[in-house]
Formats: sequence, C-alpha cells, structure tokens
Amino acid sequence: MLLVLVRRLGNVIPTLLAVIALVFLLFSVLPGSFISGMNEDGRSVIDPAVMERMRKEMGLDDPLYERFAKYVGKLATGDLGTSFRTREPVTKLISVRVWPSLKLVFAAMAFAILVGVTLGFLAALKPGSLIDTVSMVSAISGLSLSQFWFGLMLMYLFALTLNWLPSFGYGDGGLRNLILPAVALGVGPMALLARTTRAAVLDVLNADFVRTARSKGMSERLVVKWHVLRNALVLVITIVGLQFGSLMGQAVVVEKLFAWPGVGSLMVDSVFQRDMPAVQGCILMIVLFFLFINTLVDLAYVVIDPRIRYG
Amino acid sequence: MNAPLLKVDDLHITLQGDGATFNAVENVSFEIGRGEAFGLVGESGCGKSITALAVMGLLRRPLGLGKGRIVLDGEEIQAASAARLRELRGSRIGMIFQEPMTALNPLSPVGRQIAEMFVLHQNASWNEAMDRAEDALRQVRVPSPERRIKDFPHQLSGGMRQRVMIAIALACRPDLLIADEPTTALDVTVQAEIIDLMAELCAAKGTAILMISHDLGLVANMCRRVAVMYAGRIVESQGAEAIFATPRHPYTKGLVDSLPRLGERSKRGRQRLREISGVVPSIAAYPSGCRFNPRCSSATDICRSTPPDVTALGNGLVRCHHHE
Amino acid sequence: MKWGSNTWVGGSLVAIAIGVAVFAPWIALTDPVMDANLMNAELPPSWEFPFGTDAQGRDIYSRICYGARISLTVGVVSQICNSLIGVTLGLTAGYWGGWWDDFVSGLTNLMLAIPSLVFALAIMAILGPGLISLVIALGLTSWSYSCRIARAQVLSLKSQGYVQAARILGYGDLRIMFTQVLPNIFGPLIVIATLGMGGAILAEAALSFLGLGIRPPFPSWGSMLSEARDQIRAAPWLSVFPGLAIFFTVLGLNLLGDGLRDILDPQSQTRRA
Repeated sequence: MLLVLVRRLGNVIPTLLAVIALVFLLFSVLPGSFISGMNEDGRSVIDPAVMERMRKEMGLDDPLYERFAKYVGKLATGDLGTSFRTREPVTKLISVRVWPSLKLVFAAMAFAILVGVTLGFLAALKPGSLIDTVSMVSAISGLSLSQFWFGLMLMYLFALTLNWLPSFGYGDGGLRNLILPAVALGVGPMALLARTTRAAVLDVLNADFVRTARSKGMSERLVVKWHVLRNALVLVITIVGLQFGSLMGQAVVVEKLFAWPGVGSLMVDSVFQRDMPAVQGCILMIVLFFLFINTLVDLAYVVIDPRIRYG
Repeated sequence: MNAPLLKVDDLHITLQGDGATFNAVENVSFEIGRGEAFGLVGESGCGKSITALAVMGLLRRPLGLGKGRIVLDGEEIQAASAARLRELRGSRIGMIFQEPMTALNPLSPVGRQIAEMFVLHQNASWNEAMDRAEDALRQVRVPSPERRIKDFPHQLSGGMRQRVMIAIALACRPDLLIADEPTTALDVTVQAEIIDLMAELCAAKGTAILMISHDLGLVANMCRRVAVMYAGRIVESQGAEAIFATPRHPYTKGLVDSLPRLGERSKRGRQRLREISGVVPSIAAYPSGCRFNPRCSSATDICRSTPPDVTALGNGLVRCHHHE
Repeated sequence: MKWGSNTWVGGSLVAIAIGVAVFAPWIALTDPVMDANLMNAELPPSWEFPFGTDAQGRDIYSRICYGARISLTVGVVSQICNSLIGVTLGLTAGYWGGWWDDFVSGLTNLMLAIPSLVFALAIMAILGPGLISLVIALGLTSWSYSCRIARAQVLSLKSQGYVQAARILGYGDLRIMFTQVLPNIFGPLIVIATLGMGGAILAEAALSFLGLGIRPPFPSWGSMLSEARDQIRAAPWLSVFPGLAIFFTVLGLNLLGDGLRDILDPQSQTRRA
C-alpha cells in the first residue's frame, strides 16, 4: 500500500514541476507580459529609463534558466513573488483565501455527491420509471446550465425575493452564506455524477457475478448491498476525482459572482489588473490542490479495489 | 417408480424482439430423477442455457416464460412468487456458470462469497459461515483453504475459481445442480479434474446434475441420460450409451459422426473430419417444417412442410419424420 | 439505426440556435448596439420589446439574436481548433509511438492537471481581453480529451493489424492515418466535438461574464449577463433571457451529442435498461 502511495507521488511531482515550468514560461517568455502588464493597455506609459531599471531589478534580462532556477528556488521557500498591485507578498494574499475556497469546493462536491449519486442509483434500480426520467432530465439540464447564471437565478429567488439566505459575501463564515454558492457550483458535477452513477450501476447489474449472486437466492436488496455497491463505487470515484478539476475552474466564476473571498476571485481580479505574480501564484495554488485531490482519489481506489492492492 | 425430482413439461420461452415475439425455446420436456445425472447437448444458440435459466427463474427481459410447467419435487414453480424462487435458489437448486473469471465478484474475498450461502439460507452468523466456507473449499480440494478464503478471485486460477463456484453451488446441499458449460472456458487438463470432482461430490451428496454442454462426448461420459437440442427444440433423448451406439435423429448422428475416433487413422488412413454442413438458423428465420431440414441429408418434402411430432421410443424420444 | 428522441430534440434546438444566428438581421427588431434609447431604459417585457430592455434602453430580444452569432461562432471555431490539435497530436502519438508519444502523453497529463477555465484565464491575462484572445484561449485549452480518444483508437487499430496490413501494401504513413485510422474515429470525434461546443459556449459565457471576453456594448450572451447582474433587483428579466438562451443552446448540443453517441459510438454511456 505504501508502495502505491510512493508511486503515485512519483507521478505527481513531475507533473507539478511541469506545470511550474509551463506557468513560468507563459508569463516570463511571452513578449512583454511582465513589464507591459504594468502599463495601461499596452501603451508605454512608463518612461523607458524607468522600465529599464525595473527590468534589471526583477532580473528580467538574465538568461532563462537562471530565472527559472531562481523562481523554483523561491517557490521552494514558499515565496510566490510580490503582487504588483498591493506590493504585498503573494503568498500572504493567497493564504488568507485558501480556506474559503476549500470550504466552497468541498461543500459543492458534497452536495454533488449526495444528490447526484443518490439520483443515479435510484434511476438505475428502476430503469424506465418516472424517477429515472426525472433524474436524467435534471442531469442533462444541470450539465447545460451556465453555473454562474444558475447562481444568479438562485440568488434572485432565495436571497432577493424570498429573503431566506444572504445574497452574497462570506459573512461570518457560517453555513447560510455557503449554501447558495455551493449549490450553484455543485449542480454541474451533480448532473454528471447522476448520469455516470446510473450507467455504472446498470453495467454492474448486468454483470455475470450479479447473475451468480441472484442464483444464490439473494433478494435484490442484498444483491445491491453486497455486490453492486462497491463495484459501482469504483466507477463513480473516477468521475469524482476528475470533476474536482472542472469544479475548481467553475469556482473562479462562482466566487466572483457571490463575492466569495477565495483564491478564484483573487485570480480574476488579478487578471483584470494584470497583476502577474498574483495570477501565477493563484494558478499554482489551484493546480497543487487539484493534484492533491487526485492523489487522494488514487488512494481511495487502493482501499476499495483489492485488485490494485494485490495486483 | 419414484416421482422425478425435476419435471419440465412443454416449456416455451419467449423472446421480445423489435416489436415481434419469438419462441426461443418450444415444447421442451424432460425429467430428471433424484440423484441422476442428465445431460443437455446442443450447439451455441440452441436454447439450452436459457432453459437452465428458466428452471432457476432467472430469465430477464427480453426473455420470458411462455406456456409450460416446471415441477420441482411435485411443486409447480414456473409461476411461483419471487420470494419462493429465492428460497429455492441455492438451497434446492444450485447453478454454476461458464465463465469463472467473471462469475465471481472481483471485490469480495472468495471465502465470503461462499459464506454468503450459509448466511442466506441457514441463518448462520458470519463467523460460523466463514468456518463452513473453509470446509467447503476443502471439499472441493482447494489446497490451503484456510488461506484461500481470504483471497480475491483474480488471485486464483481458472480451475480454482470454478472449484469455488462448485463450493458455492453445493454449499447448502441442493437437490439439483445445474452446470452450464462449466469446463468450456478451462484448460483441457483441468476440465477432466473439474468434471470428476463434480461427479464425485454429487454422487456423495445424492445431488442430481443437469449438465449442459456442446460436447457430446463429455456429457455422454458423465450422464446416464442425454437429450439433444436443436434450434429451441429437443430432437432426441436416450440413454447415454445408446445415444452413441444408436443415434436416431440425423442431427445426433451428425454429432456422433463428427467426433474423431481413436485409432481410426491407423485403420482407414487419413480422413476428412466429418461435419454437419450449414449453420444454426437464427431465431427470427427458423425454417418451416422440421427446423433441421436445410442441413439434413435425408430430408424430404414432408420435412420441409410439417414440423415432426415427438415419438416415444424405448426409454427416450425422437422428433423426426424419418427416425431410425 | 434508431434515431432517438435525444437526437431529434437536440437537433431541433441546435437548428433553431443556428437559424437565429444566421437570420439575426432579419428577425431582430432593432440594431443591437446602436438603437439605444435611454428613454426606454429597463422596461419589462412587452409587445414592443418582447424580452424587455436593458439599462441603455436596447431591446434584449434583438441583442440575444445577434448574440447567438457571437456565441455560436466562438463555440464552433474554438472547438474546431481543439479537435484539430487533439486529433493531430493523438493520432501521431499513437501511430509513431516512442519519444513523441511520451511527450504528447506528458503534455496531455499536464493539460489535464490545470482546469481548463483557469488555463484560459491565464492566457487571457497574458493576451489581454477581447474576442481574439478569447478564441485563442478557448481553442488551446480543451484538446486533451480528443487527443486521448484519438490515441486510444490508433493503438487499438494498430493491434488489430489494419496498420500493418496497409504498410505491407506500401501505403505511406500519412495515407494510412487519413484513410485507415481517421474514418474509424470519426464517430467518437463528432460526439466529442458536439459536446465540446456546448462546453465552449459555456466557457465563453463565463469569461465574458467576468468581463474578459466580449466586452459591452457587443451583445454576447455572457456580457449581457454581466451587465444584468447589477440590475438584478430592478430588472430581473435582463438576467433570465440571455441565460435561457445559453441554456437551450447548450442543452440542444448536449442532447444532440448524446443522441449521436448512441448512434455512432456503441460503447455508449447513457444506456437504456
């Protein structure tokens, strides 16, 4: 089991390094992104002499590999650079926002799993029934929604009209503020999970070993409990892992919509203000988190599927 | 004479196609006595497997039970409630399937899969059940059963997996064991072991066997009586030795002839393998009259127009206009 | 070949969307950008303005019609871009193998590690806002899936001997790829492309909503929503209609993609019982 963990980490680290390299390249090599980012819309507002000095200061004239080495070195010490906008260390800016983002993403995923997997299961156990049709229609609708638009509609209905929930903001960090953003964010993954769970369960229900289980004289309920559940879960976990990635992408927009003080909204603001170090820092943070989640998912596989353990 | 353990009478199985309903299996009747080994032989697609599933009550859409009766030990079960069928499955009738690879739950230890039988039908606790599972593994001659019960299916070879299946099927000492092509997916050397094991265990426990196979030789070796199926109907049934010595239906004759015989080559030199020309008809395009007529060398006009009735002969029956 | 209801409903929705986009100048009531009359600001839906007016007094209905052009164009162009990149990389990676395959697989893993919207945001940060950078960003960030599928298909075909047979006949590499492999992956590719277009439209809406894509006054559905957001209390209809337009278009593409998948790709996800 430890061996598997080590192997997984072995996969993650090169990917992480590659991402760092890519981000670095994108922002440092593409012409004028760093310095001109400080200008207004690309027009040279800053005195060329000043620009020259700034370039020297930031070491932008050094050879590429030197810059990269310095960059990685700084990363290793947790230094993500200094924000153009606020002159504060990016790390400080981000660290304050990590917890709200985590809360939001996990809450959304929890919602997606609870509702999506349940719907998918029910739909598969009674195929062709009303609940099947309703679930699948909801699922495909959920996939077609613009999540921020859905959030907007939710906001209008529950916050502004019915006044049950606050319309935006983090508030005191309590549950009330979390509900709307989490549901808006989670509806997409929920839809996909519903569909995938349904397909996975149907697949398993038609499998040979389920026929064997029935031939033993098991009731459908026990068949599902003892044989179907775990096998379908394996297929579902894959999707959960993948969905975290798209979830974090969408979280950026939902955070902005609900004025949620997370890493995503920081990134959007930074993009607007061409605050490159901050943008870089946010991307790295998000990717790091995603890779971490993927590793967790892989570990979950090992726990659930003995074929991997004793492969 | 003792009442038979299993009596299948005029069984029909329907298949829902695109808008139409076909009879996958028609007019199938046979009897199996207590402790008797009975063989059902036929090519792929002739309906022998679904007949077995019908007896177990495991037919699923688009297949369904048409008219006919299935009587187990005097009780009619073709229309039994789902609950009653569940009681019977495993405790009175056990079944083993063709592909041991996929017939076991990959995520559950094999010991537990055997133990399920005891928990389900004999109200055992899980601990007791696991102990009995270990015994069961010992009975099917799996070495080191105390370690094997914790193994997962993918850690076992094909032969071992089939032994596990046998252990599961025979766990609650059923009256009847249905074996659907149990050795087809196994190596030849392992095949013989498995067949011997089955025969021995069933003889010891007094369990009757319904052996389903496309291999006439294998079935005739193991069973006392054999029925031959073609295109959803039984075309002949006789004692095992008799069916080899004096096959009465042209199809059976073709099957018997097609088996290469030991010593023939030295006697008569190299020969072509004899085959039955043609292919098994698809269910939607059964020939009219006798379903075997396009492939039969002795077919005449009546064969093409009228389906033959069953003629009782000695201790068997045959369905042919021109039977011997 | 049964054409399920998915295909019909989806196809109709998509056809309507395309129709609206193509015939916008004829079915719209006003010019979407210029006809701004502050006297008509923020009127609810009425006979004159079927979907109401926005803060500048422009007719929402007309803006939605013209917006269809932008959203659909962005969707199609970026998806074509993604498919081209993905298929080329996947085909060549699977076909030639070796270090190229390793490189492409590494690149794909890399892409999959970065959420596509985040990556698109990053690219837009570098290139600045606007339609061109939007299309570039969207076109460069979602090719991983088609790449994987193309590569898997090539590998499976290779093992089936198609490729070897063609080589023995003396076909050149490119010819083999075009005549043997490509036709076999057409089905799954079309499905991915259809579904991907839906994703691209949603992504464009998101980026425009954030203010990074199409900027006002141009009527992209996403930018309309960003304008609408501030007026949500006073004029909720501003948010409803653009969102519905996005919803129905993407729904159509999703349904169509599903339906096509049932027809073209036998190992389909949505199975009936």
